Amino acid sequence: MSTIAERMAAAGAGAAIELRGVTRLFGALAALTDITLSVRPGERRAVLGSNGAGKTTLLNCVTGDFPPTSGTVRFFGEDVTILPPHERIRRGLRRTYQISLLFQRLTVRENVYLACRGVSRGRFSFLRTRAGEAIMQSVADLIALVHLENVADRLVGELAHGQQRQLEIALALAGAPRFILFDEPAAGLSPTERGDLVAILTALPSHIGYIIIEHDMDVALRVVESVTMMHNGRIFKEGAPAEIETDPEVQRLYLGGGHG
Amino acid sequence: MALTETSTPSIAAPRGGALSRWVSRHAAILLLGLILVLLPAVANEFLLDQIVGWSLALGMIALSLMFLAGYGGMVSLAQMTIAGVAGYMVAVLGASSLPTISLFWPWWVATPLAIAIAVVFGTLSGALSARTEGIYTIMITLAIAAAFFYLTLQNWPIFNGFNGFTTIPAPHFWGVNWRAPVPLYYLILFFAASSYGAVVYISRAPFGLALQGVRDNPRRMEAIGYNVAAHRVAAHAFAALIAAIGGVLLVWLNNQISPFSISFERVIDVLVIAVVGGLGHPIGAFVGAIIYVILRTFALDALLAVGLDGRRFQTIIGLGFLLIVLFSPDGVIGLWRRWSARLRANGGSRRL
Repeated sequence: MSTIAERMAAAGAGAAIELRGVTRLFGALAALTDITLSVRPGERRAVLGSNGAGKTTLLNCVTGDFPPTSGTVRFFGEDVTILPPHERIRRGLRRTYQISLLFQRLTVRENVYLACRGVSRGRFSFLRTRAGEAIMQSVADLIALVHLENVADRLVGELAHGQQRQLEIALALAGAPRFILFDEPAAGLSPTERGDLVAILTALPSHIGYIIIEHDMDVALRVVESVTMMHNGRIFKEGAPAEIETDPEVQRLYLGGGHG
Repeated sequence: MALTETSTPSIAAPRGGALSRWVSRHAAILLLGLILVLLPAVANEFLLDQIVGWSLALGMIALSLMFLAGYGGMVSLAQMTIAGVAGYMVAVLGASSLPTISLFWPWWVATPLAIAIAVVFGTLSGALSARTEGIYTIMITLAIAAAFFYLTLQNWPIFNGFNGFTTIPAPHFWGVNWRAPVPLYYLILFFAASSYGAVVYISRAPFGLALQGVRDNPRRMEAIGYNVAAHRVAAHAFAALIAAIGGVLLVWLNNQISPFSISFERVIDVLVIAVVGGLGHPIGAFVGAIIYVILRTFALDALLAVGLDGRRFQTIIGLGFLLIVLFSPDGVIGLWRRWSARLRANGGSRRL
């Protein structure tokens, strides 16, 4: 039997996401270099940086879409570095994609249903789901949450871009998420939809933490408590939103324009 | 479709109303089923077994491809080969005209075992191709088909080389001689209808929906908790079961199996049948099969009648394939769907 202290230590001092020395190479190109990052459970963190800074690659390393070349990734203390993506999802990790990855030839309801089924039992079931089953209520709730009730039975391929972005978010909220990675969720949303997005993010239960990549600073800085700045595959600054906004180096590299 | 059907449970509609709506929604397939059941009353043995029976058995093999390709996005050219494995095993384990090879085990051992062996074979080929996509899946399954064809052609101790097996009787049980034309027809009809119903049902069950998710976006399926490779392998196993039963029925119907039953031509025929019929719905496999069987049976005579070489029937099939692929990539059922959608003003978006 391990002591509580040992288990605490094994749990990466209670971090939800912990990266140690993560490097990701694409051929000779280092998309990420020696990233060490720790996010507490329930913490809301923005990852900012110019294009090519390695933000999306960072998310891909956490989810396992592209595992790191070296270094370790821990999820709530468990080493998930070589775990396939679906195993991480079943442990409570979720993500959205910068370019919507949806099931174009299925309906909105079927898309959300698949996401709910993916994190529950019966993924291989040969029996149809009955209307009264609890999962159908979760599906309806998620559809309502992202305001897609009117198009719930339309094929996703027929939806407007903004609606597809909303669905993208719904898929990441299925089941009981413990930590969510949002990759530019506001991209392509109208101002109203951005307001809805901010409302959804702030209304998430406080135990659900997330990392958000977002170019829209109005969205990003309103929904997080901490910020990680990346440049050329490295982290160069971490702090509270207010510090980051006023940091001269950040202004030069990111807000000021000089993309180098 | 059905997910939405079941999810909006016809909110508290009276039972009778639900039944009548179910009947009217499935009117076409119920009518077709009725015709097929009553067919032996009017049809002769030739029409019964050599046209309809053959179409249904062949349709099952095409259905297994439709399931993989239409729902899973996996074009497998090994489905005829899986059917062939089952057919060969029935001849080897059961009875044939070759007492030196056949083991003459009772049918209730030989037949299920033959199907089980074919399912294992199909599952293993699925496992080989599950991590590939698109043209690579086609290449791997084609290689499997080629390997098994040459194995049967060159192996004499088990497969009896290019002679294959003849006199492979359907069993005799429940006091029925299933060799006789009408019982054999009903046997085939039963399994064809069951596999059709199973595919239609499963397409809206979690397993089938997840398979369509894998088709549309395998990466996202991983990112919502599905083991994509395992799902693909399971789909291959299920498709192999349908193909294997179809293969056994085909052997009982033709009373023989040889390497030429599973040659490249036959392998490609299954692809042509599935595509001509349409990969969008399970019925397409049977539509394609009946068209193919009618062409194969009558094109020769028709060509001779207009003074052409009868052997050109393959050219007709080829031209038909070309026309369908060019003008209706979703096959004959795609044509039918578009026509009926045009008739109905607004409906048809998610029907059939």
